[in-house]
Amino acid sequence: MPAGLKLRNPFAMECGVYKTTYEQDMALHPTPLSRLRLAAMLAVFVLFPLMADPYYVSVANLIAIAAIGAIGLNLLTGFTGQISIGHGAFIGVGAYTSGYLTSQLGVPFWVALPLAGIAAAVVGALFGLPSLRLKGLYLAMATLAAQVIIEFTMYHWTAVTGGSRGLLLTSPSLGGFVFNSEIRYYYLFLALTAAAFIFAQNLTRTRVGRAFMAIRDRDLAAEVTGIELFHYKIMAFAVSSFYAGVAGTLWGHYLTVISPEHFTISTSVEYLAMIIIGGLGNVTGSIFGAAFMTLIPILLRGLSKAMTGVFPNIETVINALREFTFGATIIIFLIFEPEGLAKMWKNIKDYFRLWPFSY
Amino acid sequence: MTPPAGQLVVEKLILHFGGLTALSGVNLEARPGEILAVIGPNGAGKTSLLNCISGLYHPNSGTITFGQKDITKMPAPTRARLGIARTFQNIELFRHMTVLENLMLGRHIHLKTGVLAGGLYWRWAQSEEVQHRRVVEEIIDFLEIERIRKKTVGTLAYGLQKRVELGRALALEPKLLLLDEPMAGMNTEEKEDMARFILDINEERGVTVILIEHDMGVVMDISDRVAVLDFGRKIAEGKPEEVKENPEVIKAYLGGKDLQLTVV
Repeated sequence: MPAGLKLRNPFAMECGVYKTTYEQDMALHPTPLSRLRLAAMLAVFVLFPLMADPYYVSVANLIAIAAIGAIGLNLLTGFTGQISIGHGAFIGVGAYTSGYLTSQLGVPFWVALPLAGIAAAVVGALFGLPSLRLKGLYLAMATLAAQVIIEFTMYHWTAVTGGSRGLLLTSPSLGGFVFNSEIRYYYLFLALTAAAFIFAQNLTRTRVGRAFMAIRDRDLAAEVTGIELFHYKIMAFAVSSFYAGVAGTLWGHYLTVISPEHFTISTSVEYLAMIIIGGLGNVTGSIFGAAFMTLIPILLRGLSKAMTGVFPNIETVINALREFTFGATIIIFLIFEPEGLAKMWKNIKDYFRLWPFSY
Repeated sequence: MTPPAGQLVVEKLILHFGGLTALSGVNLEARPGEILAVIGPNGAGKTSLLNCISGLYHPNSGTITFGQKDITKMPAPTRARLGIARTFQNIELFRHMTVLENLMLGRHIHLKTGVLAGGLYWRWAQSEEVQHRRVVEEIIDFLEIERIRKKTVGTLAYGLQKRVELGRALALEPKLLLLDEPMAGMNTEEKEDMARFILDINEERGVTVILIEHDMGVVMDISDRVAVLDFGRKIAEGKPEEVKENPEVIKAYLGGKDLQLTVV
């Protein structure tokens, strides 16, 4: 029995955990308890659709798609510090690429998925070119231009996009197995979101991710440590847009219909809100933010339903409150917890790290 | 290490900002393995000179040669790859990252992992991280910052931040190290520590050091040679004791003709 086990406190996370190699020290889940927590969460995610109402499973599916897109935007804005208001359009590029490839050219979903990611990455990198010269708000304006141009293309390149009528997509299938129910989509999305999550977590703790953060924190110092700013900024745009493309593809094949109004500037702003509320520069936070932003309208709707008995006109009021709530939440987070839900989650974990002897 | 590796030659360097002349024809040579101090009154052009050497400013004319290479037109990251590292007068660390991450960033040019390998954390991405973590831990050991290795840099005290910044420059394994006021704002004890680190880096690793410093005591103690800038010109160069006696230098610092520069 290793010496550590005898001293281990069953509650305190790090008590009696000795790290003897750098591999152990750098592991994502270095302690037995954090591995246990991971396993428990995985079990919950796997079992959830078997017990929940299909409606809730469909909500989870929407969250999963948004999470992939939000992780992508966070890599660009939260980690590299490049503000983008074009994310919704990059998601659209993915959706339309995959829509065109599968419905017009008969390419299978599994091939179209990475291709759509790559197409979005190329377009994203292209619109990231101004980041060489522009920073902050000016770059935001340049990405806003990307949003407008891509939206215009979606409406007017009818041969490929179907114009304002949009495109009809099919559900993905594997062999004879068709992903045509909420539960089937759920497991597909769960696997892809997990992959996207792990990839981003690994990326941000290795060379490229560190270079991203260096550019965000101090671009001058990054340059003299040998980081080619332009190269890495474009790479951040490409990786971020790849995520967007994948999210768009899933969105399209899940709803089976896409049209330009899904990928407007308000989509872009919603994604920005997700990463601000979730936590800029935090991969886990992107998922929290995606969940939060997806659940808020649902909760509001639930609230208005519950109150119509007492206040018959409450529904119109609350519908009007929707946009207001988004705005208010962002402001509240910026003032009280600028590091977002991820920081709150960390605070909870830190409390239990030393619990019950936190002195 | 072969002798010319850390050699830097600056010739007739001229740098204007609009109508303002920051450097007007500066010649400077840092010999391999020496500690060269650059001193001068505020606004003399010391930091501008360092910025030209590290590639943040591009001079209007003149040449900069490092080793055998003309680096005048090279972008900053390429110069870092050749082995030029620096610290800044106002600490320029990556504030939201930990000490370990900052030092690992110092090793950026020695790492190879790309997006795919990094994202998948495939076996060799991990082994590369571990291998360079070892190097970084040696620097942490050398600078005696073991206790703060996982702290976020922005939360550290000023003196420690200066030390971490030195560590980041060191992680690059430079042949030439540019230090812009490494002791500014430090107390005597911290200054002594810093001086010891600089001497050790110079002696044990054979790194050429160019040092800007206002503390004359430190400059006279640790540097092999001293160059004095005033209004963008080099007015004196030589051994510390020679420079100390130079009337031009005394004039530049004190403005008078007959005054003596007193060094404590």
